[in-house]
Amino acid sequence: MGVYLAQFLSGLASASALFLAASGLSIIFGVTRVVNFAHGSFYMLGAYFGYSLVRNLGGGALGFWVALLIASIAVGLVGLLVEVIILRRLYKAPELFQLIATFGVILVIQDVVFWYWGAENLLGPRAPGLSGIVRIFDVPMPVYDLALIAIGPLVLLGLWLLFNRTRWGVLVRAATEDREMVGALGVNQSLLFTGVFVLGSALAGLGGAIQLPKGDANLLMDFGILAEVFVVTVVGGMGSIFGAFLAAVLISELNTFGILVWPNGTLVLMFILMAVILIVRPTGLLGRPETIGQKTETGPVEVVLPAGPHYKIFVAVVIALLALLPLLVDDFILVLVTDILVLALFATSLHFLMSTGGLVSFGHAAFYGGGAYAAALLVTYAATPFELALLLAPFGAGLLALVIGWFCVRLSGVYFAMLTLAFAQVAWSVVFQWSDVTNGDDGLLGIWPAAWASGTATYYYVAFVVAAAGIFLIRRVVFAPFGYGLRATRDSSLRAAAIGIDIKRQQLAAFVFAGVMAGLAGGLFAFSKGSVFPDEMSIPRSFDALLMVLLGGIESLSGPVVGAAAFTWLHDELITFEYWRLLLGVVIVALVLLFPQGLGGAARHHVGRYLKLEASPGDLRSATPKREQRA
Amino acid sequence: MLEIRGIHSYYGQAHILTDVSLTLSKGEIVVLLGRNGAGKSTTIKSIMGMVRVTEGSIAYDGEEVLGEPANRIARRGLGYVPEERRIFTRLSVQENLDCGRQPAREGTRNWTADDMFDLFPNLAEARHRPGGTLSGGEQQMLTIARTLMGNPGCILLDEPSEGLAPVVVEQIIKVVKEIKAQGIPVLLSEQNLYFAGLVSDRAYVIETGHIRYEGSMRELEENDEVRQQYLAV
Amino acid sequence: MSFAEARTAGSPALSVSGLSKAFGGVQAVKDVDFQVAEGELLALIGPNGAGKSTCFNMLNGQIRPDRGSVKLSGEELVGRSPAQIWRRGVGRTFQITATFPSMTVAENVAMVLMSQARELFSFTRSAVNRHRAKALQLLDMVGMAGQADRPCGVLAYGDLKRVELAVALGNEPRVLLMDEPTAGMAPRERVELMGLAARLAHELDVAVLFTEHDMDIVFSHADRIIVLSRGELIAEGDAEQIRSDPLVLKTYLGEGQVYGQDKKPKD
Repeated sequence: MGVYLAQFLSGLASASALFLAASGLSIIFGVTRVVNFAHGSFYMLGAYFGYSLVRNLGGGALGFWVALLIASIAVGLVGLLVEVIILRRLYKAPELFQLIATFGVILVIQDVVFWYWGAENLLGPRAPGLSGIVRIFDVPMPVYDLALIAIGPLVLLGLWLLFNRTRWGVLVRAATEDREMVGALGVNQSLLFTGVFVLGSALAGLGGAIQLPKGDANLLMDFGILAEVFVVTVVGGMGSIFGAFLAAVLISELNTFGILVWPNGTLVLMFILMAVILIVRPTGLLGRPETIGQKTETGPVEVVLPAGPHYKIFVAVVIALLALLPLLVDDFILVLVTDILVLALFATSLHFLMSTGGLVSFGHAAFYGGGAYAAALLVTYAATPFELALLLAPFGAGLLALVIGWFCVRLSGVYFAMLTLAFAQVAWSVVFQWSDVTNGDDGLLGIWPAAWASGTATYYYVAFVVAAAGIFLIRRVVFAPFGYGLRATRDSSLRAAAIGIDIKRQQLAAFVFAGVMAGLAGGLFAFSKGSVFPDEMSIPRSFDALLMVLLGGIESLSGPVVGAAAFTWLHDELITFEYWRLLLGVVIVALVLLFPQGLGGAARHHVGRYLKLEASPGDLRSATPKREQRA
Repeated sequence: MLEIRGIHSYYGQAHILTDVSLTLSKGEIVVLLGRNGAGKSTTIKSIMGMVRVTEGSIAYDGEEVLGEPANRIARRGLGYVPEERRIFTRLSVQENLDCGRQPAREGTRNWTADDMFDLFPNLAEARHRPGGTLSGGEQQMLTIARTLMGNPGCILLDEPSEGLAPVVVEQIIKVVKEIKAQGIPVLLSEQNLYFAGLVSDRAYVIETGHIRYEGSMRELEENDEVRQQYLAV
Repeated sequence: MSFAEARTAGSPALSVSGLSKAFGGVQAVKDVDFQVAEGELLALIGPNGAGKSTCFNMLNGQIRPDRGSVKLSGEELVGRSPAQIWRRGVGRTFQITATFPSMTVAENVAMVLMSQARELFSFTRSAVNRHRAKALQLLDMVGMAGQADRPCGVLAYGDLKRVELAVALGNEPRVLLMDEPTAGMAPRERVELMGLAARLAHELDVAVLFTEHDMDIVFSHADRIIVLSRGELIAEGDAEQIRSDPLVLKTYLGEGQVYGQDKKPKD
């Protein structure tokens, strides 16, 4: 009995930090409609700040708590900078750009932390005065856990009072519903937004700081907590602080008890819990059906047209050039172009999902890595021949996409994006931790193609043919009835349902199709490098794909191919620097700030029209914004 | 009171208003008539700084407000009642009113929540209910009350009768007349000519972003040509 | 309208009986009964929040009623999904236009035809110009064939409404639900659109149920009118009967200041 109680209390204790982070995310999203992907980084910063401050402020109990508080405020100030310098300029940009910008912030913070604190895990200091142990039913219990248990509900109460008993709080709730209207009533929105962002960031920072005595500060915690926070938010219901608390407790308890029952299966348990809750209550425990945020805006709606004559000639020339390439360049360039082709297929599969389906996935690397691992596992454990493994890889990824997609298509907009990221992180964790099978961080080696295809030029041709065929298939599907039906669900789910389209089924099929194509790219990748590492499934890889799509322009069907080339070039330029993540992050943020209407969009606007790359739509170009139809 | 001269407004790349000018003087109700998409709401949103305006001038009380953000314009005393009401559905009626509250302003009446409950008895009964549970008519009352809480010196009322039952529209007419009786000028955007005719002193007719007609309401009612050509009566 | 009256005597396309729905203890719709005949235009009017939208959403399967039955030519629809109900011949237009802005007008209509032909899981056939002839034919019926290749996003509001009508007629429905079809339109456009809808309904023998706040439209175009208030039907009859019903005047029509073709304002 005592063991269970102690375990339960320990679960409550770990729920507090999670709740703080999740409530911060929820509050920020509610008002600014920005899902702050850098929220995990703020949590991580809180931990690092807390670590250094506790050391500098001496060992007293007062010093300890003051240090945590200052750490939280300091993270709030970082949030202030991020909001004022970056996000404030992007509130009117499509959501996708906001998300990408916050991803840039993640990269910058990662490298700054790495530069200042180093790569070592920093073990958290004990809390002075609370480092002892109490016995509850004869089971030892750290006193600090009791403090943590109290902090969660206290913060919850404080937030409730803030939002229900102060005018500022009422205005924040009003802005959550209709921020423009709040402005039109004479309230300074910018101040309100900044205030909310600082509050949310500080909560994340506090969460990271208070968990120090139980854990540590490390460089992996940003994505780790981010996925957990997303799960909490989806399970608890977006926008509900009570829901976040409930979900944080539920998930922490599941983790602590899960370890007793099934030590290696906590991730799977979390997965099952989330599944059950989403089936019973798609809006989460205490969530309300959302009216806004149903769709992730990726940019203005334009009429999609099949290829024009100039475009076809242009593509034919490119293909001819690529076919002759091995005669023209050396192996180094050939390997580089092979990489580009593989990534182009990967990016095109994501682009299909985003542009035709309106489904912005933040975890698409799960299927790229999934394909790579499917091929590698087949080769390693079943001695499958190269050709068969390459053929089966996409199906492995497709199976994974079927399972993940089945849950994700129940949600829409940013919720969909959050859930894809959470699932991708789960997939990554499984591969990372299940070292008996996947070899964990050391990866699977010796995944080479058959002898006939092992030459650089030969493999280049294999990749070229497979990637080109994949890209053409995707393009074909865009203009097939399936693609039209999918686009219909994106344009107007109301109308699509009214003309008998089963939206979820259409979206799930698209998700699986995109997963299969990403898996094909992953299979090609595994054999081109001869090895697979968990990195291929990680969140940064998912963002790479998003970045390629963004670089190429979301509206253009050929954009991802151009984007993959540009990305590979950019990556190769930056990777030579020690702090390349920092540079990449800065570049991403700068790109988004300079071209908030989309990069490819800007380029195509000036160049594409000139070259007539797509059938000229004349006056049919950009559709009037929806709003105006009712104005 | 309010003087708009030659404004051009855009939604993204779409040029919505072309050279729109209009004036609103103390104590009068002016209606902006036009069919859907003609630019009525865009005109009102342009005044409120909620739409990109590239040229022209918008003067309120003799001061230029063009280029200011919506909150600053609202602080000057321009009260905006949006089309589609846009009340805060999860906030109680009382909290909705609190959101509209602004400090007392010189020369305008200082309204309190109790004044609102006198003016709109329905809202008094519902003061602790979430706005989303109100009927369409009550929501329209609430959105007007919320704007009055800011003690406006001038009100922009966007399509208040849209989608409301005739019996509710008659109540709105009473409210608009009451506002006028308080000396607050109103710029009204409407499609319902009956409504417009019952409350307005002057009318502008807008079509595809151009002002096509300007005159007293009575003149417009007698001008069948304008009514047919631009209002498609 | 003797033509329409002859129709009303015809067989009911849609019969609704005992339809009820409560949301969290609030009775939104209570024991609603009515029938719509083939070729008949039935107007459903009532104050905001009377339960009109809930009724519509129950008829096309978006909301499941607590009690009651909805029969399409004798076949029960309650319990079926919106897609199934649509396939059986219940079409719908929306208060706020809902079209596919990334497609041309013709493609918007072709989309319905593809859905009807169950082709949406075809991955390799081309959808470009698919069902174009039939789509143009439908567009011709609503007078939009001339704009078939324009994107839906750039159309004028009144034209969008016509496209919606063509889309709704795409699967040859037996019942058409129109939610405030003329909202946001100018008076003449309203008359034109409802005239078109009435003509098509009569020609194609479609039963039309529509909600509307413009009483001029209701009184001039509906063959019959039913009035909903607080979830219950309070009156039924032709324009003359409804216009003089004291209960309807009190709960909905008011003093008649804001409608009435024959009355000039400020008379």
